[in-house]
Amino acid sequence: MKVDLTIKIGGAAGQGLDTIGSVLSSTLMKCGFFVFTTQFYLSRIRGGHNTFQIRISDEAIKAMDEKVDILIALDRASIENHLDEMSDGVVIVDRDTVKLDDDFDSLFHVPLLKIAKDTGGNKLYANSVAVGAAMGLLCLDFDVLSNVLSSIFERKGQEIIDNNIKAAKAGYDYARDNYPQGCKFDIQQPEKHSNKMLIAGNESVGLGALAAGLHFLSAYPMTPSTGVMNYIAGKAGKFDLVVEQAEDEIAALNMAIGASFTGARSMVTTSGGGFCLMVEALGLAGITETPVVIFQAQRPGPATGLPTMTEQGDLLFAIHAAQGEFPRCVFAPGTPEDCFYMTANAFNIAEKYQIPVIVMSDQYLADSMFTCERFDASKVSVERHLLSDEEIKDMQEEYARYRFTSSGISPRALPGQAGVLVGADSDEHDEFGHIDETQENRIKMVHKRMNKLELLRNEMPAPETYGSDDAELTLIGWGSTYGPLVEAVDILREEGHSANLVHFTHIHPLPAEKIKEMLGKPGMKVCVENNRTGQFARLLMVETGIEMVDNVLRYDGLPFTPQFIVDSIKQKEVL
Amino acid sequence: MVSVEDYGNFDTAWCPGCGDFGILKALKRALADMDKSPDEMLLVSGIGQSGKLPHYLKCNFFNGLHGRTLPPATAAKISNHELTVMAVAGDGDCYGEGGNHLIHAIRRNPDITVLVHDNQIYGLTKGQASPTTQPGMKTKINKEGVFNRQLNPLALAISQDCSFVARSFAGDIEHLSEMIKKAVEHRGLSLLDILQPCVTFNHLNTFKWYSERVYKLDENEYPLNDRVKAFEKSLEWGERIPIGVFYVNDRPVFEESLDVLSSGPLIRNKVKTDSVNELIDGFM
Ligand SMILES: Cc1ncc(C[n+]2csc(CCOP(=O)(O)OP(=O)(O)O)c2C)c(N)n1
Ligand code: SF4
Repeated sequence: MKVDLTIKIGGAAGQGLDTIGSVLSSTLMKCGFFVFTTQFYLSRIRGGHNTFQIRISDEAIKAMDEKVDILIALDRASIENHLDEMSDGVVIVDRDTVKLDDDFDSLFHVPLLKIAKDTGGNKLYANSVAVGAAMGLLCLDFDVLSNVLSSIFERKGQEIIDNNIKAAKAGYDYARDNYPQGCKFDIQQPEKHSNKMLIAGNESVGLGALAAGLHFLSAYPMTPSTGVMNYIAGKAGKFDLVVEQAEDEIAALNMAIGASFTGARSMVTTSGGGFCLMVEALGLAGITETPVVIFQAQRPGPATGLPTMTEQGDLLFAIHAAQGEFPRCVFAPGTPEDCFYMTANAFNIAEKYQIPVIVMSDQYLADSMFTCERFDASKVSVERHLLSDEEIKDMQEEYARYRFTSSGISPRALPGQAGVLVGADSDEHDEFGHIDETQENRIKMVHKRMNKLELLRNEMPAPETYGSDDAELTLIGWGSTYGPLVEAVDILREEGHSANLVHFTHIHPLPAEKIKEMLGKPGMKVCVENNRTGQFARLLMVETGIEMVDNVLRYDGLPFTPQFIVDSIKQKEVL
Repeated sequence: MVSVEDYGNFDTAWCPGCGDFGILKALKRALADMDKSPDEMLLVSGIGQSGKLPHYLKCNFFNGLHGRTLPPATAAKISNHELTVMAVAGDGDCYGEGGNHLIHAIRRNPDITVLVHDNQIYGLTKGQASPTTQPGMKTKINKEGVFNRQLNPLALAISQDCSFVARSFAGDIEHLSEMIKKAVEHRGLSLLDILQPCVTFNHLNTFKWYSERVYKLDENEYPLNDRVKAFEKSLEWGERIPIGVFYVNDRPVFEESLDVLSSGPLIRNKVKTDSVNELIDGFM
């Protein structure tokens, strides 16, 4: 890696961190860099201290870094909180508006407000000045920024575009002319990569659902899942689907189930607390064998917990939620590509097995932006597993929604199709969906449903290995920690250790035999998870008997960084 | 022509003499009169003695959770609005556990019919008070008699501008089937509260008790879209209990606010892969 820089923007909610962050990150991406961004925000609309962090490199990057090279400080707290994260960096600060008692070598005063008023006409343009100044410090091509500003403000008219470009150019020139040693970061603009996109996990989930032909989404807003609902709602008109804001999460999942029963591809989006309210309806989907996709973006709990931070604390809950036993499927995508393709596939699995499928994300994956290979919607297949009108016409016997079959999967017809009556019941029922409380029927129905879980288990792929198969140390992780884990393995190997990663995205049902084959070999295993109790390690132990020598756990609300993982491993003295 | 027989004949798990039989009979008759064939009907119910009703009819049905009758019914209608959707609930189901959903279903106004078997008691769980139980009634739980004020579903619905509000009595099958027909034919959310004697657990509100009190509303008493008059009428309860249509309005129907349904049922819409690829290009 010739280039590996981190730019952090710090300020209060309402100061426009988001705008600066997204303009800067798409500009840097268009300059040809690999970009990775993360956000840290508090649960308030104004005030507090928030950050937007952008890491860029000329090579693929998958996680955030801990050291900061450029800090754009919109308030004093940004300097107080983050100065120690910088070794040899530059703090861009407007000393006219941010009053500071001390002077530090790294401070670089840029009169953001003054330039904004002089060039754009008012203070609103200060953010563009700041973006320009950062580009100036990096000595990158101004035209790229100018193009990004044009397209971002396209809808607001030419005057706004021109003012923003003027303000940004003035910031750019100010940095080029006034930074004492000229170009502080003398970096080469890399070759343009052609097939890359910059996208967050939430948007990727939304795109995946659209690619799968989503018909109906019902949800009640809850951070950090709301982005998916917002994204899909914004596209509803164009994609012929209905998004309904339900009165609560109980209604949301019951609605999605009702819509699915009549044939709609249905989904709900929620976070832990909302998922708690959905639990009874989850069981309803289970016993009525109604397909539905549940997107669950985790945040630290219990109850309201840390609303805007991250954790992987809901895994065992998701696997066990609801009374009784019934098949379900749990996916945990690790990257935006996973979010896209796995969400799309979740609909196929849900319909093939007529079960609920839970897609587990978390605040970190939901809100971070990754540079990744362009998704291709044409690669998504839509498999509905429904009886056609012709098949129904040729049916020899009366249609039974819960017909016993060798697989346990009953052919699915929809109410409204001529020639069939479709009945579903939350009580234990017979093949026609009518209440049947006999022991004989109960046992047969339980077998029928649970049989589907075993079929699904065979279909679940083995986890992915990163690095050589026979490393001495195997890191194990699941879901969103993929990026930091890959980089942690890279660091360890560069330091001469023999390490690899086995990463899980298909969490339930676990393909135990395949896993035992992969992980049954000798070697130290350490599970790395964003929770306090090592939930995935426990699950692996129960399902496969495979034991960890230790765990690396983080539960302070923050995501893993590669360095955090490496340092923790060293502390554990397993190396 | 659809006949009552098309809706089948089933053994039931109801107590002999239960008001639910009258509701079932009136419903079959109404559906046959309207020439609704079983495969265009979808009955959605919750849990309770009332919730079992769809099992005793040959038609499409979704028997879900206690209190959760309206959300799946609403969404089923959205996803295939060619179906005639009816929600069947008890007073505990619709006014207790599911009270929140009723309020919001009224706000949404989907074109579905809600039949509430209002027996003023919890039947299936053996006799606890429901939201419509008369204060003072003693139950196994309310040893000193129910303290809570009785919920007035009609007044509640009218106050929220529910699109169609009516009451009928399970002991008058003719009236009840007429009311069901009116409710189904009305476009928008139709709430039909049905006085239903529970012969096992409610010894106060019996067939006799109701028969002595119910009287039919005069259709010319006030214009049916007069909300204030309707509200006033809905407060009448005691020695005389009005049955009939209380209130009607022609508020826009939820499904009609959804442009995507104008070309046909939602479930027939196909994936727009090219458009998704265009969106993806926007992230490059
Ligand atoms: C979540 C939940 N809570 C409680 C119950 C138990 N339960 C079943 S039916 C019922 C009340 C039935 O009363 P109502 O809805 O008035 O119907 P009825 O039996 O009187 O027709 C209750 C409390 C349940 N099934 N689910
Ligand atoms: S308990 Fe009451 S409501 Fe239930 S079936 Fe018996 S009489 Fe009817």
